[in-house]
Amino acid sequence: MNIITCIKQVPGSSKVDVDPKTGVLIRDGSNVKMNPYDLYALETAYLIKEKYADTIVKTITMGPASAKKVLEESLYMGSDEAYLLSDRAFAGADVLATSYSISQMIRKLHPYDLIICGKQTTDGDTAQVGPEIAEFLGIPHVAYVTKIEEVQEDGILVRTSMEDHEEQLKISFPCLITVDKGTLVPRLPSFHRKQRFTGYSIQTFSLKDLEDKDPSHYGLEGSPTQVEEIFPPNKKRDSISIKGDKKTITNSLFEILKEKKYI
Amino acid sequence: MSYIKVNQELVTKEVAEKLIKLCPFQAFEYNDSILSIHSGCRICKICVNKGPIGVCEFIESKQQILDKTKYKGIAVYIQQQDGVAHPVAWELIGKAKELARITNEKVIVLVIGHSLDRIAEEALEYGVDQVFLYDDPNYQAFDLERYTNVVEEFFQKHKVNIILFGGTLQGRSFAPRIAARLQTGLTADCTMLDLKENNDLLQIRPAFGGNIMAKIHTPNHRPQMATIRYKMFSAPSKVKPFGIITKEPTDSISKDSHVHVLSLEQKPKGKDISEAEVIIAVGRAFKKEKDLELIQPLMKSLNAEVACTRPLVENGWMDPRRQIGLSGRTVKPKLIINLGISGSIQFIEGMKESELIISVNNDPDNKLFAISDYAIHGDIYEVLPELNKLIQQVWSQRTV
Ligand SMILES: Cc1cc2nc3c(=O)[nH]c(=O)nc-3n(C[C@H](O)[C@H](O)[C@H](O)COP(=O)(O)OP(=O)(O)OC[C@H]3O[C@@H](n4cnc5c(N)ncnc54)[C@H](O)[C@@H]3O)c2cc1C
Ligand SMILES: Nc1ncnc2c1ncn2[C@@H]1O[C@H](COP(=O)(O)O)[C@@H](O)[C@H]1O
Repeated sequence: MNIITCIKQVPGSSKVDVDPKTGVLIRDGSNVKMNPYDLYALETAYLIKEKYADTIVKTITMGPASAKKVLEESLYMGSDEAYLLSDRAFAGADVLATSYSISQMIRKLHPYDLIICGKQTTDGDTAQVGPEIAEFLGIPHVAYVTKIEEVQEDGILVRTSMEDHEEQLKISFPCLITVDKGTLVPRLPSFHRKQRFTGYSIQTFSLKDLEDKDPSHYGLEGSPTQVEEIFPPNKKRDSISIKGDKKTITNSLFEILKEKKYI
Repeated sequence: MSYIKVNQELVTKEVAEKLIKLCPFQAFEYNDSILSIHSGCRICKICVNKGPIGVCEFIESKQQILDKTKYKGIAVYIQQQDGVAHPVAWELIGKAKELARITNEKVIVLVIGHSLDRIAEEALEYGVDQVFLYDDPNYQAFDLERYTNVVEEFFQKHKVNIILFGGTLQGRSFAPRIAARLQTGLTADCTMLDLKENNDLLQIRPAFGGNIMAKIHTPNHRPQMATIRYKMFSAPSKVKPFGIITKEPTDSISKDSHVHVLSLEQKPKGKDISEAEVIIAVGRAFKKEKDLELIQPLMKSLNAEVACTRPLVENGWMDPRRQIGLSGRTVKPKLIINLGISGSIQFIEGMKESELIISVNNDPDNKLFAISDYAIHGDIYEVLPELNKLIQQVWSQRTV
């Protein structure tokens, strides 16, 4: 069985601010990490691999050359192969262009039975990339999978968790799932595997390696949505400040609650 | 291809360092005196507008221009299960009606399912112009592939300008499928929507994971699509129906499906914070899980529900259903008391419509203070025990 997992490198901290004077984005970019939900995507793949012999797990990411780091991490955790998709032509890609680029990359890794994505990223936070990849590949998808119950000849049985109910579903291969945390505990990279992969070079794909080489389908130009403007959130409400020692402020709080008839 | 060109003759080591620092996406690389931009670039143009003059230049390629007059109407997709609409649909109709007034558009409702005449009539009561009903026994239960085929058919036939979806778990899985099928944009979890005179939808949401809002538009593609979370907007009041219901044929739409539901179990009903009237929201100021006990007396005397920020869910201290915010629930209680919460934009977007907001924080620059009615400058570990004493006094007076 061939599994492809999609992972992304995301900022390690969510400290981003706008300089109120210049309107410039300030982001502490020094630390990056693997998108936490993608750890569950990987763990799901590794659990299948442990149970079903002859399973190959390929891991891919689209991003800058520095994103090789998360691919290496996946190799040390349990992936068999890793591929980077990177090209200047992908700059400015929104969800549609990102998903399209990734689907083009996946076509190059044919054949596959199962594609596993994280539920969402912590930076984009759209949860849209997985379903859009599936549509571009013309395969079914199921989102918010919490458990793989069984792998069968022609498909898998999965469990999903929705707002007020859980479902058990059967999806035919080839298909894509996005996974939620469930009861999974992602494994750590192993020293043993790290040694095994010394000298492994991660293959990089760029636009010229893809089937569709038309640059207008990628990056900013292939993106229907565009950011017109960024601005700091507007704050409104005339607030009353209450300061003082702990007795004074607590009494004030208590009086407010009493006055509003909550106590 | 549109891109940012770096004029290398102006690049010095200093210029490169300045730009590397300025770029919020770490897209610059400086090697062998060449400054290049890699795929991390989001073309935010900060380097062009705020960087050293002339170094970075935005090169725009000409695109085919779309004839926007061909697309008309604001459509709302009604998510339903067993003939009951998810209430987010009515909220979207409320917003769609507001937008429609700006450019005199029609509000259109799309219903997919089986035996849904009642939902169609209910939609009319909210004052929409037109309901398109795709009724077929094959649509009894939600099926991603079949329903996607229906929306595609609906769009090809009616050429609507906008389609809005509820940001429920189902909506967040369904809408992107459609966006990819129709090769158009989709903005997730918008917190505001606006319409320009030329019928371009402005999709506003927090962006880049930080304390920033972004105005996103879809200048050259139709339909324009967005998902919006439950409780973000308000349902309109009911009116005397004036719209029309049209049953659409479904015979020629493919019913292929590769996903089969084997079983469905209801989860035990937890109290939903979206409906709570009084909420006490706790943040990372609480150092240990056990410290949360400090809020018990207050909860009891206010008859409040407890809610929290995302880190507390990540710690495993609270059920995800108690998280407020963009990736949690939107709440609009009569009273919310925030205890030790920094007020990230993702949190604020989930509670800013609350009627009375009180925040306790020991940081004078706390972001929540500006949107609070009462900003209490204090330490929760001092205020809560003190408050509990006062509450105890009230209780003991009552029993006397
Ligand atoms: C894409 C994305 C989506 C997100 N979605 C959500 C979401 O839906 N909901 C959400 O909550 N977060 C969300 N987050 C996370 C969010 O950005 C913040 O990290 C989070 O809300 C911070 O939680 P906090 O305020 O509890 O913690 P902190 O930011 O650590 O703030 C703690 C606060 O407590 C105060 N404090 C500390 N000690 C005391 C004391 N003794 N007495 C009084 N005050 C004290 C501090 O001054 C500070 O203001 C999201 C992030 C991203 C990137
Ligand atoms: N640049 C990327 N490279 C590889 N996979 C990605 C990328 N962006 C998103 N994904 C996958 O899509 C999921 C959802 O991402 P998002 O739509 O950004 O919330 C992630 O958990 C990943 O599995």
